Amino acid sequence: METSWLDFEKPIVELEQKIRDLREFADREGLEFGEAIHKLEVKAERLRREVYSNLTPWQRVQLARHPRRPYFLDYLDVLFTDFTELHGDRCFGDDAAIVGGPARFEGRPVMVLGQQKGRNTREKMARNFGMPHPEGYRKALRLMRLAEKFGMPLITFVDTPGAYPGIGAEERGQSEAIARNLREMAGLRVPILVLVIGEGGSGGALAIAVGDRILMLENSVYSVITAEGCAAILWKDQAKAPDAAAAMKVTAQDILNFGIIDGIVPEPSGGAHRDPAAVTQALRDEIRRFLTEHASLPVDQLLDARLAKFLRIGVYAETA
Amino acid sequence: MTGEGTGSMAEGSEPKGKNDGSPAPPGTWVKCPGCDEILYRRELEQTEWVCHSCNHHFGISRDGISVEEYLGLLLDPGSFIELFGGITSVDPLGFKDSTRYKDRLAKATATGRREAVITGRGNLDGLPLHIAVMDFGFLGGSMASAVGEKITRTAQEALRAETPLVIVSASGGARMQEGIFSLMQMAKTSALLGRIAAAELPYISILTHPTTGGVTASFASLGDVILAEPGALIGFAGQRVIEQTIKQKLPEGFQRSEFLLEHGMIDRIVPRREMRGVLSTLLRQFMDARAVRGAA
Ligand SMILES: [Zn+2]
Repeated sequence: METSWLDFEKPIVELEQKIRDLREFADREGLEFGEAIHKLEVKAERLRREVYSNLTPWQRVQLARHPRRPYFLDYLDVLFTDFTELHGDRCFGDDAAIVGGPARFEGRPVMVLGQQKGRNTREKMARNFGMPHPEGYRKALRLMRLAEKFGMPLITFVDTPGAYPGIGAEERGQSEAIARNLREMAGLRVPILVLVIGEGGSGGALAIAVGDRILMLENSVYSVITAEGCAAILWKDQAKAPDAAAAMKVTAQDILNFGIIDGIVPEPSGGAHRDPAAVTQALRDEIRRFLTEHASLPVDQLLDARLAKFLRIGVYAETA
Repeated sequence: MTGEGTGSMAEGSEPKGKNDGSPAPPGTWVKCPGCDEILYRRELEQTEWVCHSCNHHFGISRDGISVEEYLGLLLDPGSFIELFGGITSVDPLGFKDSTRYKDRLAKATATGRREAVITGRGNLDGLPLHIAVMDFGFLGGSMASAVGEKITRTAQEALRAETPLVIVSASGGARMQEGIFSLMQMAKTSALLGRIAAAELPYISILTHPTTGGVTASFASLGDVILAEPGALIGFAGQRVIEQTIKQKLPEGFQRSEFLLEHGMIDRIVPRREMRGVLSTLLRQFMDARAVRGAA
């Protein structure tokens, strides 16, 4: 357990544990430690503020990848009912790095899909660390088409370091699978809500992230390449990942400032893993709001707005 | 590659040859990167920069053949009109690694190139079309805001004028110095290609050496027909990244055109001197059929 906390979290977690122990001890022994506990709580609050209000981009990356961070399936279990997982791309195989199927949100039928990383070693292997193969993206597209066929709004959860770089993935057309999803999502005739809940890793994330409304959790990140990958290429040194993370501007606030996403879903102080219920509630509110606002829009209007949203993205100079 | 603004994913995967992206020096003799034979420059120009001995296709704007020369191979003489040439890259993130992105841009522009793609319209055997040719010599043909914008606008022109669209790709992948803006060009260009498809206008993608990363994972893989030059490196992930991930050596010929053809990922491998003919035949058939249906 010790190892599943980040270095910059440890002093806070330790202090909080100390307060809990002291309280327990006081209760058990019938002693009055009120003032001591209060002092420690003030100290803990100050420490939390100090650490969490000044997170560096690299610390955000670490929070986005936090081993305790809620994953897609953690949210799925609580936010949706009657979920029926559907498997396979009808072509080659099933990819456990992407999970999806029809479900209900507050009674209303929707299609849900997302990347899943895996919590322990066995799960991580089974989920391939959340790095999909082409069959994962093709399964996702198949489910999107199903959603379109029956008029179900689509909700995607993005959390991947990136699409898997391997021999089989190349043989089976990783590029084609991603590219096709980009094009098809842009034209999918149902409303699409995209929730970036952890790592928005490059094309592997984007392939399920073209939508009408794109939200990022406060401590999630979105980038064209991993900080380590960028550091290895441009700095020739993976250890420069913190510099690369800062230079690429990968935080939710950066991405919002660039006008690329539509909003940030706030996380509890210290990150989603410190209070998963609060984050889940915030996501629930956002999903409800999206369905209310988008469900009744004429489809062509929805698609024109979706296209326009992406056509606007880019910074360049233009002379006659 | 030198890492000069090149792709997130294609680094370290290049065969030997000129790597700094500048054209071959205007000497009389050129060494073939494929077979090491010393070739006479004049002769190479006559064979469209294809080695007579090993069929090596010199990369566009890489070892010899320029974007303009390549356009000349595909289009009717004098028919090309450049569009959107005034769209150029800026530095949206204030990015700096060992060098400032601004300085990299200035250096790339100093070669006389303006951007990693040249766009415009032209005719092929009299058939009007819109075309984009990527310029590998400009920061490795990397995907940037300006690249996405030029390709998107060219596609919009094709849509408006109801002409076919042809994109000739050569790219190391993402331009990391533009961060998320680079990534989003994949969605932007692909979204518009959806409109081209909906309008039933033909889009032909031509892949040349090398086409990797974000370009492969967007417009380059979305052609109604995908043609590739022989021996071109085409893939999503860079070979070094794959080797590090799977901890084994990659098989001979991995991610080359012939490998993609074998795995069903491209329609045809077309030698450079036959490209124009194949393109013309296909586009005429598609456009003729489209006209017949339109008239019915
Ligand atoms: Zn040769």
